[in-house]
Amino acid sequence: MITKIKEKWLAAGKSLVFLAALMPLGKLAWLASHQGLGANPIEKITHTTGYWTLSFLLLTLTATPLRALSGWLWPVRWRRMLGLFAFFYACLHFLTYLVLDQFFDWTAIVKDIAKRPYITVGFAAFVMLTPLAATSTNNMVRRLGGRRWKLLHRLVYLIGILGVVHFWWLVKKDITEPAQFAGVLTLLLGFRVVQAVRKRLVR
Amino acid sequence: MSNWKTPAVLSSEITPQEVYLRRREFMRISAWAALGATLPGSLFAGEKLSGVVRTPYQLSDPLTPLEDITHYNNYYEFGTDKESPGKTAGSLKTRPWTVAVEGEVHKPKVWDIETLLKLAPLEERVYRLRCVEAWSMVIPWVGFPLAELIKRAEPTGNAKFVEFTTLNDPQQMPGVGSPVLDWPYREGLRLDEAMHPLTLLAVGLYGEVLPNQNGAPIRLVVPWKYGFKSAKSIVRIRLLEQMPQTSWMKAGPSEYGFYSNVNPEVDHPRWSQAKERRIGDFFKRPTLLFNGYAPQVAQLYAGMDLQKFF
Repeated sequence: MITKIKEKWLAAGKSLVFLAALMPLGKLAWLASHQGLGANPIEKITHTTGYWTLSFLLLTLTATPLRALSGWLWPVRWRRMLGLFAFFYACLHFLTYLVLDQFFDWTAIVKDIAKRPYITVGFAAFVMLTPLAATSTNNMVRRLGGRRWKLLHRLVYLIGILGVVHFWWLVKKDITEPAQFAGVLTLLLGFRVVQAVRKRLVR
Repeated sequence: MSNWKTPAVLSSEITPQEVYLRRREFMRISAWAALGATLPGSLFAGEKLSGVVRTPYQLSDPLTPLEDITHYNNYYEFGTDKESPGKTAGSLKTRPWTVAVEGEVHKPKVWDIETLLKLAPLEERVYRLRCVEAWSMVIPWVGFPLAELIKRAEPTGNAKFVEFTTLNDPQQMPGVGSPVLDWPYREGLRLDEAMHPLTLLAVGLYGEVLPNQNGAPIRLVVPWKYGFKSAKSIVRIRLLEQMPQTSWMKAGPSEYGFYSNVNPEVDHPRWSQAKERRIGDFFKRPTLLFNGYAPQVAQLYAGMDLQKFF
């Protein structure tokens, strides 16, 4: 009985998080339809979708430490959804660049990716994120096998680093925001390093 | 057959209905304008500047709306994002205000802003503005050539460069508490660039007193250079023998050179300068050498390697 009630709360919580995760997009759409995106709407959309891609990446990476520290199971049960939202906002971010910013100017895009280090790392992170999203189903976990799946999904650590570097390198001068993301990421990855070292020592 | 004839009224003489319907509004505006004309000199942003002369400096490009010009600003003294200056620059007190002209001059002087406003006829000039971040605007500035002021100071034979300094007051400028740039904001020009007829000291835009977020009460406008060269809220103009160090050169010597002429061939190390997005446009447009002012200014850089002197 108690577990059943708990399950119900967990499912309701997950639905709420799902709706909350759509709010940044909803706000953008509302602003867009009310001429609220300012003088440079494309820049605003690019920055907003990029910001939320990084935020959801960091939220996804918070699940494991949170479980370890609290013993709760729910963070890990929401992890896949959060990760997919990171991919969702990354797609919007990339599409904004492709369609709104460059309007399919492929020569300019290829040049950008090759020549501009911040675009190179951002694009690399996006490319790496794709197989993680594609293998996020239970079926794919089974087909790959737990060990291999886990190994593949460790790519998210590198993706997080590249994402923050992408942000750091693109700002003109004020690095406050990328530095905040870098700080949180350092904590999240540092936690894993400490745990791995401990495990080794115990053995 | 009717012998009635259409009266000989030119269609151009007929008052359009929408104008006729706004006749009360016309009366109201006229009344305010008459009242405004009796008040002493303009002080606040949004007030109409009187006696502005129209000049041949016009462009066929549509003007960027005032709303965009005043709500999308790079003015780090009021925050590093573009929305902040529009929200916080109200704290800037533009009166009393003085501008010191000093250094390698025979006649140094501290000018009161009210005197500066009457130094030369105020001209309206429509200029393109190209930001180093690859966006651009078209702005109807009001001001007078910087040369008018420098001439009166009588530069000595040693004067080769001009340095501009922006106000640096933490009381009025919340952004200067952050070490993002080396305050006060300093910019510079070569003397011949400063004396060029295109180089403007602006005190207004759209025929009105310059809004604080756009650099009130007096700012530089150098239309063939990236926007950051045009220092805002100037308190000091110093003539020098040596090239001055500017705030942006200090912040990123490999990214921001002393000249910073708009040039589609010379990329910012981190992004391309080949194209720009005109605010309000969807498609990007090619960036023009010297922001389209090459016929007027290219001779200033004859024989110079623009890749090297960026």
